[in-house]
Amino acid sequence: MPGLGTSFGRGGATTFQQDLQNADCIVIQGSNMAECHPVGFQWVMEAKRRGAKIIHVDPRFTRTSAVADVHVPLRAGSDIVFLGALVNHVLQNELDFREYVVAYTNASAILRDDYADPEDLDGLFSGFDKDNRTYDHTTWAYEDAEAAAAAGDRQDHPGDDHPGDHGGEQHGETARSESYGSGGATMRAKPHHDPTLQHPRCVYQVLKRHFARYTPELVQDVCGVPPELFAEVADAVTRNSGRERTTAFCYAVGWTQHTVGAQYIRTASILQSLLGNIGRPGGGILALRGHASIQGSTDIPTLFNILPGYIPMPHAEKHLDLDRFVAEDSGKTGFWGNMRAYTVSLLKAYWGEHATATNDYCFDYLPRITGNHGTYDTVMRQIKGECKGYFVVGENPAVGSANAKMQRLGMANLDWLVVRDFQLIESATFWKDGPEIETGELTTEEIATEVFFLPAAAHTEKDGSFTNTQRLLQWHHKAVEPPGEARSELWFYYHLGKIIREKLAGSTDVRDRPLLDLAWDYGEEGPLAEPSADLVLAEINGSGPDGPLSSYTELKDDGSTSSGCWIYCGVRAEGVNQAARRKPGKEQTWVAPEWGWAWPANRRILYNRASADPDGNPWSERKRYVWWDAEEEKWTGADVPDFEPTKRPDYEPPVDARAQDGIGGAEPFIMQTDGRAWLFAPAGLADGPMPTHYEPFESPVDNALYGQRENPTREAYDRPDNRYNPAGSDVFPFVFTTYRLTEHHTAGGMSRTLPYLSELQPEFFCEVSPALAEQRGLEHMGWATIVSARTAIEARVLVTERMKPLRVRGRIIHQVGLPYHWGPNGLSTGDAANELLSVVLDPNVHIQEAKAATCDIRPGRRPRGPGLLTFMDDYRRRAGVPEEGP
Amino acid sequence: MGARQWFLGWPVVRQATGPDKLGRGAAVQSQRSAALTPRTSTADKVVKSVCPYCAVGCGQQVFVKDGEVTQIEGDPNSPISRGRLCPKGSASKQLVTSPSRISEVLYRRPHGTDWERLPLDKAMDMIADRVIKTRREVWQDTNDDGCTLRRTMGIASLGGATLDNEENYLMKKLYTALGAVQIENQARI
Repeated sequence: MPGLGTSFGRGGATTFQQDLQNADCIVIQGSNMAECHPVGFQWVMEAKRRGAKIIHVDPRFTRTSAVADVHVPLRAGSDIVFLGALVNHVLQNELDFREYVVAYTNASAILRDDYADPEDLDGLFSGFDKDNRTYDHTTWAYEDAEAAAAAGDRQDHPGDDHPGDHGGEQHGETARSESYGSGGATMRAKPHHDPTLQHPRCVYQVLKRHFARYTPELVQDVCGVPPELFAEVADAVTRNSGRERTTAFCYAVGWTQHTVGAQYIRTASILQSLLGNIGRPGGGILALRGHASIQGSTDIPTLFNILPGYIPMPHAEKHLDLDRFVAEDSGKTGFWGNMRAYTVSLLKAYWGEHATATNDYCFDYLPRITGNHGTYDTVMRQIKGECKGYFVVGENPAVGSANAKMQRLGMANLDWLVVRDFQLIESATFWKDGPEIETGELTTEEIATEVFFLPAAAHTEKDGSFTNTQRLLQWHHKAVEPPGEARSELWFYYHLGKIIREKLAGSTDVRDRPLLDLAWDYGEEGPLAEPSADLVLAEINGSGPDGPLSSYTELKDDGSTSSGCWIYCGVRAEGVNQAARRKPGKEQTWVAPEWGWAWPANRRILYNRASADPDGNPWSERKRYVWWDAEEEKWTGADVPDFEPTKRPDYEPPVDARAQDGIGGAEPFIMQTDGRAWLFAPAGLADGPMPTHYEPFESPVDNALYGQRENPTREAYDRPDNRYNPAGSDVFPFVFTTYRLTEHHTAGGMSRTLPYLSELQPEFFCEVSPALAEQRGLEHMGWATIVSARTAIEARVLVTERMKPLRVRGRIIHQVGLPYHWGPNGLSTGDAANELLSVVLDPNVHIQEAKAATCDIRPGRRPRGPGLLTFMDDYRRRAGVPEEGP
Repeated sequence: MGARQWFLGWPVVRQATGPDKLGRGAAVQSQRSAALTPRTSTADKVVKSVCPYCAVGCGQQVFVKDGEVTQIEGDPNSPISRGRLCPKGSASKQLVTSPSRISEVLYRRPHGTDWERLPLDKAMDMIADRVIKTRREVWQDTNDDGCTLRRTMGIASLGGATLDNEENYLMKKLYTALGAVQIENQARI
């Protein structure tokens, strides 16, 4: 979540669900929280009961809208205009929380004089390289950033000619911005400030000019939202912010799954920072995540570009050894300045006694990345025959990923595939009954892929921890043994590693050293020889000469400590599994600090130093949370302070201070190099230091603001198996968006086989307005075929007033809603909405644009068998989509 | 049973004349339902757990009898969920006890037209062989500039967001030692 990471320093939700009850206003946008996070939604309803105003901004009227005070229907893909207009409203009317803004954000920082804005360059920021469609970030830096780099080490680094920036092309390609999950981007200098905010090149003034055209009239033109509705939201949000009141924002993948996804979240971050709502009770930005441990699988990543704790995967060209690997960060101010300690401790956890100072702690054992090795890149490599073996564990790409056909074509071209799941999901059976078998594009006998289906153990059958949407680790205990040959992932990977190590024992091949030297001892318990999850957690937590560590501040860079994930250090403080704590909520304060364990350091609201004024006093009695106790000389309050406990509010860092010592006593954003929330991000994002509106890659309209229609740095792959709908195409005139229902989960692998859930939502459907139904001759409960340049799918028709046609750019835009849970297997079946989507990605994290694309819709069922191919040929011809060759 | 007794025993009469005016308790109880006990009360043990679906992190209590999961309910002690579960969480007993759940290893040989059975230990051994072979065949020591790569682009992995932290940890650790870098999960999907 680089939107949050580059703004505040950590890529996790800034607050926790229960804190929503303290909000005076809650804006839910890019999320249907009542439907998708229904139990968490009780805290929104609790706030409403206490008098808070609930606003839902969403293309559809949903279960969330039904209980909100205001529903704002807007066109999918236009959120930056809506949020940008709120920012503009705040700036033009000087409604910002000025003391907070001056003290805690980079509003007063002075930028270079050669920075140019999209307002000057018709939609491009300065530094754009047209040939590579990437930015050189040099001009986005603070003025004199290099010359004024008093804080810390300023040694030069090979390949890094951008002062204070991880640098251009590689940055985006390797998704470096995702490593801001914990620790903001590198600026090796603190900026000059103008606390009066009058300097024409200070961030505040630059921001004001940048958003000046984001007016209520533009919102009406681009989003389809009438000015009076916009005014109601603008009024509610600003009136409910300040010393006495706070507003919270909740979002989900309705914001992230766009070619400008990270910038959606940036816009909300800017707004919340201007309003003084970060780090304070009832404020913040709550990222609502959709899987039990999706936060955990980012913190301890099964991702290509990061190691545990958001340490980046080393890059072949830039990170030749440990010194050069940590150099970018080790000179920094802020806690990321201790990166060497975090990295060495990880290497000690991986390679134990084999990792020593003399061998660079086995840094050379780490494989290197050279570009984008994300899932869609991998699938294209599978299709090319370069990637031959594939593990699919608890995920169902055959129906769950954009352009699902590409996924199946990739899997059909493997040497071997291992699928681990509870049921025979589509990714396990594509060779037998996938859609391409039906059309004749593939035949079972010709598919050479060797498939192993291994049954998986359920959460009730294993010990382990999930990290929920608020960074909270909760332990689940094993209740029963898994059935038959079902095993946990812990068992599978532990034993696979053990067998491979046994087979390679005695190998003198240098490439096998990382395997043979691996610390791989987790015990074997019970009749199944199950490794101990508790021992794995102990390794994640880390230990030193005196046993288990209790905090990441204890980590050392001399090899005396180990920790498998530095941000989780403390989860087993005192050798006790803190994630398994279950002191009943009723026996604790509302913060419930003794239920589970939240990273970092069990803090529930991040940046909570900002809940006090610069002198350390609560901004108001009503919003008291964490404050400086002058008598005790320490920070105290309802939560664990997200600050060094005894650092005085008036602490001024010496000029040569590094790491946390470089952060002043009134700078709450301790993971940022300058301790401040970034309204303007001088580093860290591939597509701009500030958000700016671009149309979705497939959009029915032009960009009202600029000649530059779509994100100039988006990643598009125009190839025969991934054709795009031409922009403004009459053949694909409608907007569609995908979403979830309460009764199913993601691509259905964990829900379509359950009788109760299948009875509640028995089949795939599409939602259309009565006007669109009339226009296209669609009948309620009848069938519709929905078409994109990729393929056609069919769905039952739900005609509903909940879908509102919107007037945008002078014409009526109809939107089609598609829940994406279905596939051909299970009890509740239907076509997969992901068949329709293309692979076109955000340049920061390579996420696909799943929330806004174009389509056609027509009555009746789709053609069967080879007829579908002829049908699609006709559509592509009419739309002018190329048939052959890239 | 006399006529009067029979008449007074009629549920609608009991509802009209007794204290249970809404007919949600004693008035509608039959002999059979009076003798029933909830399966939660006869459980051998109650195990604390967490819902495996979305990321709200609702507390669950797993009721176990004779080594089988008999019921899953919300944990009222959880300060997040306060005992509540959504339809998915409430149905999660069906997730873990589903009759269509697969509990044996299945194998599809290259070009095969149907599944075959394969013992788990044999499958593990075969998978390990394939990992070693692909890793050997598709290996990069350095790039064209001589920079270390030490990796295989022949092996990829997808999934993790539904799994435990400890599992993700072992996955990333083993893949990294293997030199496999194309490791991904739902966070990017």
